[in-house]
Amino acid sequence: MMLANLLGQMEWSYFWHGWVQFGGQAGTVGGALLVAALLTYFKKWTWLWREWLTTQDAKKIGVMYIVVATVMLLRGFGDAVMMKLQQAIASGHSSGFLDSEHFQQIFTAHGTIMIFFVAMGLMFGLINLVLPLMLGTRDVAFPTLNSISFYLYLAGVVLVNLSLVYGEFGAVGWLAYPPLSELAYSPGPGVDYWLWSIQIAGIGSTLSGINFLVTILKLRCKGMTFMKMPIFAWSVLGTMMLVVVVFPILTATLFMLSLDRAMGMHFFTADLGGNAMMYINLIWAWGHPEVYILVLPAFGMYSEIVATLSRKRLFGYTSMVWALMAITVLSFLVWAHHFFTMGAGGNVNAFFGIMTMVIAIPTGVKVFNWLFTMYKGRIEFMTPMWWFMAFVTTFLIGGATGVLLAVPAIDFQVHNSLFLVAHFHNTIISGVVFGYLGGIAYWFPKIFGFRLHERLGKAAVTCWVVGFLVTFIPIYILGFMGATRRLDHYDPSLGWQGLFIVSGIGTMIIGLGVVFQLLQIGVSIWKRHELRDQTGDPWDGRTLEWSVPSPAPHYNFARLPVVTTRDPFWEAKQQGTSLYPSEYTAFELPKNTGLGVLVGGFACVFGFAVIWHLWWLAAVAVAGVVFVLVRRTFDDVVEYEVSAAEAKRLDAHAGKAVV
Amino acid sequence: MSRLNTVSRAPLTLHSEQDFKPRPEPIRHAREHPLAGTGTSQSKVQLGFWIYLMTDCILFATLFATFMVLRGQTAGGVSGTEIFDLPYVFFETILLLLSSFASGLALLSAHARNKAATLSWLAVVGLFGAAFLGMELYEFHGLVAEGHNWKQSAFLSSYFGLVGTHGLHIFTGLVWLGASALYLKSRGFSRRFMTRLQLFTMFWHFLDLVWVGIFTIVYLLGVM
Repeated sequence: MMLANLLGQMEWSYFWHGWVQFGGQAGTVGGALLVAALLTYFKKWTWLWREWLTTQDAKKIGVMYIVVATVMLLRGFGDAVMMKLQQAIASGHSSGFLDSEHFQQIFTAHGTIMIFFVAMGLMFGLINLVLPLMLGTRDVAFPTLNSISFYLYLAGVVLVNLSLVYGEFGAVGWLAYPPLSELAYSPGPGVDYWLWSIQIAGIGSTLSGINFLVTILKLRCKGMTFMKMPIFAWSVLGTMMLVVVVFPILTATLFMLSLDRAMGMHFFTADLGGNAMMYINLIWAWGHPEVYILVLPAFGMYSEIVATLSRKRLFGYTSMVWALMAITVLSFLVWAHHFFTMGAGGNVNAFFGIMTMVIAIPTGVKVFNWLFTMYKGRIEFMTPMWWFMAFVTTFLIGGATGVLLAVPAIDFQVHNSLFLVAHFHNTIISGVVFGYLGGIAYWFPKIFGFRLHERLGKAAVTCWVVGFLVTFIPIYILGFMGATRRLDHYDPSLGWQGLFIVSGIGTMIIGLGVVFQLLQIGVSIWKRHELRDQTGDPWDGRTLEWSVPSPAPHYNFARLPVVTTRDPFWEAKQQGTSLYPSEYTAFELPKNTGLGVLVGGFACVFGFAVIWHLWWLAAVAVAGVVFVLVRRTFDDVVEYEVSAAEAKRLDAHAGKAVV
Repeated sequence: MSRLNTVSRAPLTLHSEQDFKPRPEPIRHAREHPLAGTGTSQSKVQLGFWIYLMTDCILFATLFATFMVLRGQTAGGVSGTEIFDLPYVFFETILLLLSSFASGLALLSAHARNKAATLSWLAVVGLFGAAFLGMELYEFHGLVAEGHNWKQSAFLSSYFGLVGTHGLHIFTGLVWLGASALYLKSRGFSRRFMTRLQLFTMFWHFLDLVWVGIFTIVYLLGVM
């Protein structure tokens, strides 16, 4: 009895589900053990702790985000492959290789992972890499908070992967609509894994939002007024405004669902007065802005890439700023288009339909601005530019189908069909993923000091675009033919199988693109001496990050720049002037700390404990977080000073000042 | 706000200088970096905390909205009119407001570098805060004992959810308060302490504000 209380709802049976699941378990545990073994064999644990895990350097935190997000991308992609394979074969007598319950867990995991742990991870990663450099500052506003945010994200990642090893994942779709996600219909720990992995990661996102907002508002270098900020910084400003407004809604909503599940409350249950529509409204009041949270930074990256690689000033800077801010505001006013069919009535639907169409206007402004930037520019067809062109052509289809879906009458016909699935993959893959991958290709040399291999990069872009079209054009067609989403079996008389098989082949082509990218990184590391970026300015860039040597030193700037124009580095190069004052001055940098690791670790334990109702362990974890945070307030010296002479020496060591 | 800034930037030569034992930490927050762009460390922390408070505000707004939607859903059970004891809650409210007032006095004493007074006022803050929390828990206990627990209806779920979340914030604040008092007792005043104390008072006033919302929307509207 005593032991049973200690173990909560844990049972041995949760270890075994079947051979397919065993593959996932073995892969996860094996992967973790392999990494641990390699670290031990090469005696790299201390190095890992000192150089990476405890770092307060935004660029290194950014790299860690991107590495973790990439691992999760592989897992999310694995889920996609399993679903595609199932749909290609599960027609008529063949029931495929996945049972319904497992298939549902897979699409839930796929959506959750791709949005929360891949797209969000890549986004925060890239912002960490670039934003402080672009703003001409040494770090983000709160470096330690930044590291805590990362470890909360990592705690979510660990929990979502733990669900693969022990237990199960929600079988409720990526937004877990109640009452299906309530205890009455989903009694296992799956929904709880879903809840707590994104709850913890989401709190990290809110903290990051605060951090980057303050960074932009308070830490811009001298002379950088708002209208002289790079467009990427503007896009991050818009995104972070959205993050701080909507992530608390997500936190509160998930909190209420977990109260329903853990304490028997009735916020969203089907009985005793609960209101499931409340959940659906709240989750989309977060969920729709979330789409823009992901895509705005990608728009910012495209803006930087297209201006630099067209050797022209960005066309229509002011209209770009207004378009970004308009999207930021409008994104709050469209959430109900996610449930036109749920009976809000004609007038409500008309309002949300029109607002949704209105968003196409600022987005159109942006597309034309990019095209006019290219017009008469001296375009360099490098990999980032390829990503941009892949985006602008395919995103157009996604935008057009979005306007289609915004018409409530049409939505009633195609809602819950594969047409919708094709639409949002079209916007997220073309808009978000291509943008982030382009951003990584563009800024990689700044962080690592060597370029990525060009031809492999272009091969990857080609495979991604072709694979994307071959995957999702058939899905659009299937949607029109009436195929619903989340389908694990269908009747052969419908004539769908051919298109499902074509779609599956498309996924394999995307897979080839992923292989090319992994290969690209491997080959680039191998040939890093050939690909070395000697100047710090491999693309003939326009913004501040290219004015420091590559790889960017951990303090970013030995002397803080002073800017007078919008494209400061470009102007300085044209006029032969310097962005930097001649005098060096002393500055402070944050000391490394393991606080983030501890907070994230306790948060992860807390999540696990609550999922399995191990209340004693949850209490221990909370006490742990409180203890380490209070302990931290007693650390009076959290920074160290770099003297002026030392700054000068470091600067000379990093390579001669470029300008 | 500007006054607080001025005070915390003033050189530490107030009458109770002997109270201030300088830590090994250099007083760097006061110094304007010659090339700092748009902000100092102090204003950075304040802005960040303001934004945090706004995120918390939205969290409460979500719970308030849910409460408003669900407050009529009593599932045949009790409604607010039957279970709320307005004088009791009013007394509770006064305790919290007094606690908040005391936190302002604690900050003033800290600006005067008066350690003993600061500690005493912090004790008052903690005492009233804890009394408020105790009364709230006693109210919860009474409801549960009478069978009106959070499992009975959506109304009760949203009531316990909203008021309980505020209570959880108060509890967090009390832990923060304890840590601050401990720091002050063992280390004395420092710039970092002053910043944190100021943030704490902001947090405490913010919780007052939320409570006024709860008092109005949950209790006053509830008994009408």
